[in-house]
Amino acid sequence: MTPASQRIELVCPAGSLPALKTAIDNGADCVYLGFKDATNARNFTGLNFDARQMREGVDYAHARKRKVLLALNTYPQSANWADWTAAVDRAAALGIDAVILADPGLMAYAAKTHPQLRLHLSVQGSATSYEAIAWYHERFGIQRAVLPRVLSLAQVEKVIANSPVEIEVFGFGGLCVMVEGRCALSAYATGESPNCNGACSPGKHVRWEQTPRGMETRLNGILIDRFGANERAGYPTLCKGRFEVNDETYYAIEEPTSLNTLEMLPELARVGVSAIKIEGRQRSPAYVAQVTRVWRAALDRLALDPASFRAQPAWMAELNKVSEGQSHTLGAYYRPWK
Amino acid sequence: MKLSLGPLLYYWPRQSVLDFYAGIADSPVDIVHLGETVCSRRHELRLDDWLEVAAMLAAAGKEAVLSSQSLIESESDLKTLRRIVGQGDFRVEANDFAAVRLLADAGRRDWIAGPTLNVFNPHTLGLLVESGASRWVVPPEMSGEVLAGLRAGLPAPLETEVFAYGRLPLAHSARCFTARHYNLQKDSCEFRCLGIADGLVLRTREGEAFLTLNGVQTQSARVHNLLGDLPALQPHAEVLRISPQGADSREIIQLFRAALDGQRSPESAFAVSVAHMPAAPCNGFWHGRPGVEQYVAV
Repeated sequence: MTPASQRIELVCPAGSLPALKTAIDNGADCVYLGFKDATNARNFTGLNFDARQMREGVDYAHARKRKVLLALNTYPQSANWADWTAAVDRAAALGIDAVILADPGLMAYAAKTHPQLRLHLSVQGSATSYEAIAWYHERFGIQRAVLPRVLSLAQVEKVIANSPVEIEVFGFGGLCVMVEGRCALSAYATGESPNCNGACSPGKHVRWEQTPRGMETRLNGILIDRFGANERAGYPTLCKGRFEVNDETYYAIEEPTSLNTLEMLPELARVGVSAIKIEGRQRSPAYVAQVTRVWRAALDRLALDPASFRAQPAWMAELNKVSEGQSHTLGAYYRPWK
Repeated sequence: MKLSLGPLLYYWPRQSVLDFYAGIADSPVDIVHLGETVCSRRHELRLDDWLEVAAMLAAAGKEAVLSSQSLIESESDLKTLRRIVGQGDFRVEANDFAAVRLLADAGRRDWIAGPTLNVFNPHTLGLLVESGASRWVVPPEMSGEVLAGLRAGLPAPLETEVFAYGRLPLAHSARCFTARHYNLQKDSCEFRCLGIADGLVLRTREGEAFLTLNGVQTQSARVHNLLGDLPALQPHAEVLRISPQGADSREIIQLFRAALDGQRSPESAFAVSVAHMPAAPCNGFWHGRPGVEQYVAV
C-alpha cells in the first residue's frame, strides 16, 4: 500500500498522563499508551494509565484532534483471558482510536465484539512479510502493521509495496536486536517475558553492586556487565551486556545504543511508510518532549521541501543526548549492521 | 507417546547431516522435522536435498515433516516457503504466519503450528485449527500449568508436542551473532558457523555459561531436559520433541524411549542422560520458573 506523497504520522510514547500531554503539546499526531497491568509490553512499576487518567488523556488528545492508540500487545493465557478481553472492551468504551494487538485470539474477539474498533498489528506479532500481514488483514481486518526492527530499507519497501495495510516503523529509541515477539531471553533469565508479562529484564530482578572489580550489574543473579571507575554503568538489559565468547569479552549481542533513523526520513517517506513510532513509554516526559519536538520539526521540514531535506546536526545532537549510551545506529535498516 | 526429532538448528557439513539422518532412520523416533529453519544463507543442503532425506526417512517408516524458516525477511525467503508449501508429499511445520497464510490458502489441513507462532491460549489455537493445523508445538517458555489450562479450553483435543530436550531456541534476530563474533558482516559471513556442532557458548564475565550463539539464533547454554519430569508431562502431550545436538542424539532418543516404555525410571534415564549432554541441565520453564533453573520439586 503506497499512497503517493502521504503525510507520515508521528506516533509518540506516553507512559504517563504528563508524558501524553507533553507529546501532544510538542506535535505528536498520535500517542500510544497502556493500562497499568500485564496487558501491554511496558508493564513497569509506576508507568501507564488507570481508567481516570486514560479518560483524561483521551479527552486531552481528542480536543486537539490527535489520536490515542492503546497497546494490548501481550499474549493472554487461559487463566487471565478475561482481563485482556475486558481491556479491549474498556478501550472501545473510551473511544480509543485504535488498539495495538499481537494475539490472534484477542484480535478475533475485538473484531467480533467491537467491529468499529480499529485494529493495528503490534510489533510483538513478529510479522516481517506481506504474506504474514495479509493473514491478519484477511482474518481480522487489521488496518495497520508495525514492523519488527529486523528488515533492511529495501525489505521494508518490498513489504509496503505488497501490503494490504498501512505500515508503521520504528524511528527512534531503544533498540530490540531480536525479532520482537520472538524473544524469550528475559523469560530464560528471570521467568518474566515481554510476551506474557509485558516486561524485559524487569527492575525487580536487577542488582547493582559496587565490588573491588567494579560496579557489577546482575539480572536474577546473572552477571550482565561490570563497569570500570570511568565507565558509566548502564541498566542491565540482558542483550546489551558484555560477555565472553571464545575468551574475548565484548558486547556479543548489541552495544547499549539507540535506533535513530532521522537521516533516512526521505527514504522512509519514499518507500511509503505511513507512520513512525518513537520508542520509550518507560522514559520521562522530558525525553518525550525533546524527541517529539525534533521529529515534529523534521517531519514538517520534510513535508515542506523533501528534495532538500537534511538531518540537521542540532537535531542529531539533541537526540543523541537522550539516546542509550549516547550513541545511535540505523539498526537493521542499514544492511551492514546485520 | 510419540517422539519427534526437531529440525537441526546448527549448520553442519553436508556429509555430517546426511550421516546423521542415516543414523536416525533406525532410531526409535517417530517424527523427524527437516529443513533449514534458522538462516537462509546456509546451503549445505538445498530444499531438494531435504526432500530426498525426507523420502529416505519416510521409507524407513518415519513421519517426515518440513519445517519452515522462523524469520522471513526477503522475497527469496518467501519463494522457498512457497515451494515448501507447494509440495504435497510431506506435512509442513509453520514457524511464521506467512507460512500459516500460504498453507491455509493452499487448503492444507495437515500442517503443524510451530513453536514460534506464540500460541498461548485456546482461542488462538482454535483459529489455527480452523486454518488447517492438526498438531501444534508448545512455545518452550510455556509452563506445564499454563499448557494444562490451554488444553482444557480446547473444544476438541489436538495433538500437542512439547519441546522436551535440547538447548532452548530463545530468540531470533536479523543480526548474525556468529558473524559478529568474527568481526564479519552477515552478507559476507564466510559461513563461519559451519561445523560449530553445538554453537558458540557465551559466558558471563565470571565464566558462567549463559547463552549459545547460533548464527541469527540465540539459544540457552544449558540443555532443557524434561526426562526427569516425564510423569508430570505425560498427561499434557502426545509428542515429545528432542532437538538434535552435535553428539549422542541417538542416545538421548533411546533414553526417552526407554523411560516412556517403562524400561527405565525417569530418574535413572535423567541420570544417564547427563553424560550425553553438552552442558548442564535446566527445566525451569516447565515449572513456571526462569528457564535457566534446574528445578526439583520438594
